[in-house]
Amino acid sequence: MCKDCGCSITPSQWSAHAHEHSHDGHTHSHSHDHDDHTHHDHPHAHNHDHHEHKHHDEIHANPQLNDKKTIAVITKILDANDTQARHNRAHFEEHGVLAINLMSSPGSGKTTLLEATIDTKQIKLAVIEGDLETNQDADRIIAKGALAHQITTGQACHLDAFMVHEGLHHLPIDGLDVVFIENVGNLVCPASYDVGSHLNVVLLSVPEGDDKPAKYPVMFRSADLFLITKCDLLPYFDFSVEKAIREARKLNPKVDVIEIDSKSGKGIDQWISYLKMKKALR
Amino acid sequence: MHEFSIVTALLEMCEKNAKENNASKITKVEIKVGKLSGVEPHLLETAFNTFKEETICDGAEFVMQIQDIVVRCQSCQSEATLSKNEFTCPTCNGTELSIVDGEEMYLMHLEME
Repeated sequence: MCKDCGCSITPSQWSAHAHEHSHDGHTHSHSHDHDDHTHHDHPHAHNHDHHEHKHHDEIHANPQLNDKKTIAVITKILDANDTQARHNRAHFEEHGVLAINLMSSPGSGKTTLLEATIDTKQIKLAVIEGDLETNQDADRIIAKGALAHQITTGQACHLDAFMVHEGLHHLPIDGLDVVFIENVGNLVCPASYDVGSHLNVVLLSVPEGDDKPAKYPVMFRSADLFLITKCDLLPYFDFSVEKAIREARKLNPKVDVIEIDSKSGKGIDQWISYLKMKKALR
Repeated sequence: MHEFSIVTALLEMCEKNAKENNASKITKVEIKVGKLSGVEPHLLETAFNTFKEETICDGAEFVMQIQDIVVRCQSCQSEATLSKNEFTCPTCNGTELSIVDGEEMYLMHLEME
């Protein structure tokens, strides 16, 4: 149960943590409930009686290990994040909202793209903004007439699923078409974290150079859609659109691409069509 | 530089497993780091050795297995290890690949006492 919002998504629908396992001849089950949206607190609800247990253990095995033993864990290190991400996705789905994670380096035009998207008045959207400092991006979105919630991460270089969940509870998302999660400007770290979006959109602006897909493979692997932004600057830079696309598709053969310029409006129609199509398929 | 948050998640996982196994100390932590997991192994090791102090992993040995990208081709069903970041099947040039390994980070084994 998600206590902040009282949302009805129960752990059994989303938690990979609710499971049973047995060792040393006894079985117990436990479930996790991430009440406080931090990484640090994983209260366990143990369904067994400790007195019974002790008796049981005396017969079968000594639970205090005197010797070294090696156990196989084989669990993803970011498992807790991934579990929270599934919960976030369930949350978006319950509200019939498409969630998009926007990622790029700083200054490639994420916020400007969102402003241009709001200006078309064709998509009802809200934005969860991630930045190290300031509310400037959220203020820009609000000034355009859409809802936004700013997360300031301090020194953290990425958003994770816990931060997005927290942000989600500050946004009324009913009746929206799309919630954008504008990640911290960074082509490295955000790629490792599932934030619970349905789609990852990666932006690369013309001034950054066409070599970036090959240099930041994890990010461009993660993209469902690759946007080449600030395209009106192409005459002034040695940027080969063909090379950028070729390099991105070596990593990610099925990635979709739109060439866009938020200021002049080039490619905005295609972007809006993409959003409407993906929303309709959800 | 998200290695710190990864190490935090790893240490929590170690604490949880130690508790479940009634162990008082973890002496060795073995992880698998995919080449395209987005984390720099040396930084991860430094972060782990910095933050393990005064946790259940204090003094624990840290073993990393670096995992190449392994894919399975949906067209010809062959499995291959990719030497370059080019996601086409080395056998048939197909692009319908499923990733078998190399994109994730796993906690594999814990030695405890």
